[in-house]
Amino acid sequence: MALAPPITDIEQLKAHPALGHLLAWNASVVESVKFDRDELTIWIAKEAICEVAASLRDFPDCPFNYLADLTCVDWYPSEPRFEVVYHLLSIPHKERVRLKVRLDGSSPAIESVTSVWPSANHYEREVFDLFGVRFAGHPNLKRIMMPDDWEGHPLRKDYPVEGYR
Amino acid sequence: MAQISPPAIAEPGQDQTMILNMGPQHPSTHGVLRLVLEIDGEVIVRVKPEIGYLHTGIEKTCEAKFYQQVVPLTDRIDYLCPLTNNLAYCLAVEKLLGLEIPPKAQWMRVLMNELTRINSHLVWLGTHAMDLGAMTVFLYCFREREDVLRFFEMVSGQRMMTSYFRIGGIALEPPLGFFEKVKKFADRFPGNVDEYEGLLTGNPIFTMRTKGVAHLSAGDAIAMGACGPTLRGSGVDIDLRRDAPYTGYENFKFNVPVRSEGDVFARYLCRVAELRESIGMVQQALAGMPEGPIKADSPKVVLPDREKMKTQMEALIYHFKIITEGFTVPAGEVYQAIESPRGEMGYYIVSDGTAKPYRVHMRGPSYANLQALAKMCEGQLIADVVAAIGSIDVVLGDIDR
Repeated sequence: MALAPPITDIEQLKAHPALGHLLAWNASVVESVKFDRDELTIWIAKEAICEVAASLRDFPDCPFNYLADLTCVDWYPSEPRFEVVYHLLSIPHKERVRLKVRLDGSSPAIESVTSVWPSANHYEREVFDLFGVRFAGHPNLKRIMMPDDWEGHPLRKDYPVEGYR
Repeated sequence: MAQISPPAIAEPGQDQTMILNMGPQHPSTHGVLRLVLEIDGEVIVRVKPEIGYLHTGIEKTCEAKFYQQVVPLTDRIDYLCPLTNNLAYCLAVEKLLGLEIPPKAQWMRVLMNELTRINSHLVWLGTHAMDLGAMTVFLYCFREREDVLRFFEMVSGQRMMTSYFRIGGIALEPPLGFFEKVKKFADRFPGNVDEYEGLLTGNPIFTMRTKGVAHLSAGDAIAMGACGPTLRGSGVDIDLRRDAPYTGYENFKFNVPVRSEGDVFARYLCRVAELRESIGMVQQALAGMPEGPIKADSPKVVLPDREKMKTQMEALIYHFKIITEGFTVPAGEVYQAIESPRGEMGYYIVSDGTAKPYRVHMRGPSYANLQALAKMCEGQLIADVVAAIGSIDVVLGDIDR
């Protein structure tokens, strides 16, 4: 099976419940979209992530009530450097959607979604620990994998694989 | 001499909590899990899991390896179900490549994956029962587990770190006599499950330690991100094998056991019922095993057969190229979720078009269930924490990665 080219036209993807809902709710939060390999990605404006998360969770037709995963990708040296990635699942409708937020490399910070999904707690700590992205409003933003006195953030691309010697 | 005031003694009835450290070297934490318990007398006020003792930086290591070199690393994440990790990773890369897998490889993957589930659940059942004082079950479970490990050794040469699934198919044809041996095991195994159930399900000590203990409501389970049998034990009907079928699961008939009680006993019943469903799927896979190739027809990605390498120039060239340079994967990203014995195991892979993955993230089911553990332990007795840890079937390799 050959790979189909990705679709980035918002008009063609309106049928997906998550995108349709966001456009009807507040179209300005959607920066861009991509449908590739049967997976929908929506780039969200950084300031709006909490409202978008709450709105998708409480969407009555297809509630995205389960935060399956939260992680980050470092695009060093290009800017905006970081992308925080949210994988949502609608348990009643078995639909998935991926939200992404772009962050600058200078002082990456974003609002925490722990108020929407309490399960985000450990995931955000992990991203903070390994990427150095700060989550405003997180109840306990401490290192989770590395020791508390560790220097640097190991999953950043400018951190050597073998560590600093 | 200065007056020394006596230490303040709390008035009776005044709230006073104590911090108790549990782990990381505690036998019932199934690895190096450390729990900081805040207790009021015998009652848990709050549980704070402290993790990271087993952090090996596998996600970072993956970024320095070729795609095919990552497969053996995935074995070591959730070390009780190595084949499930292999499968999730291979499916994700195959999705990135747009690779079609031949039917025999798909059926073998289902067969091995369900044997892995049985293997993993047997370890869980044995250790969970032993934590709660039932020693015999452990010995019975490990007797059957040994049979399953022998099957792994037959196909891959390894008992535990199998790396049997490869990008594009499976590593080797199963040896002669393999299917007959698995068939014999599959015919006998339901009787063994009856044996375990006979020792536990009606056992008054076991039921007293598990019924109504560490309750988790469906709403809390979803909010805390619980998955797998922990979620199904709370009455949420979800199983990715049925709801988002992968690698040919749509050809199999099985039930998804769901219990609404939300306690340790409900999770126990879910997993034991899953043992029976898995052995049913093993029987179906054996009965319907198709003939044909075990690797995809994609010479730039899949290593050639040994025989072809000795006779064909192209095969030798492709082999050399794949080993020395890897194969490139078109740029893009996928999130492939599958149902591991512990719940949703997701591999998020970002490719930048080179031969090495740009980013690999493993969404471990135990990592998600650990947050639910903190919730379900609140208001329980200290001794029940041991039952709760057993009931989420925690694997620390999967949490710390």
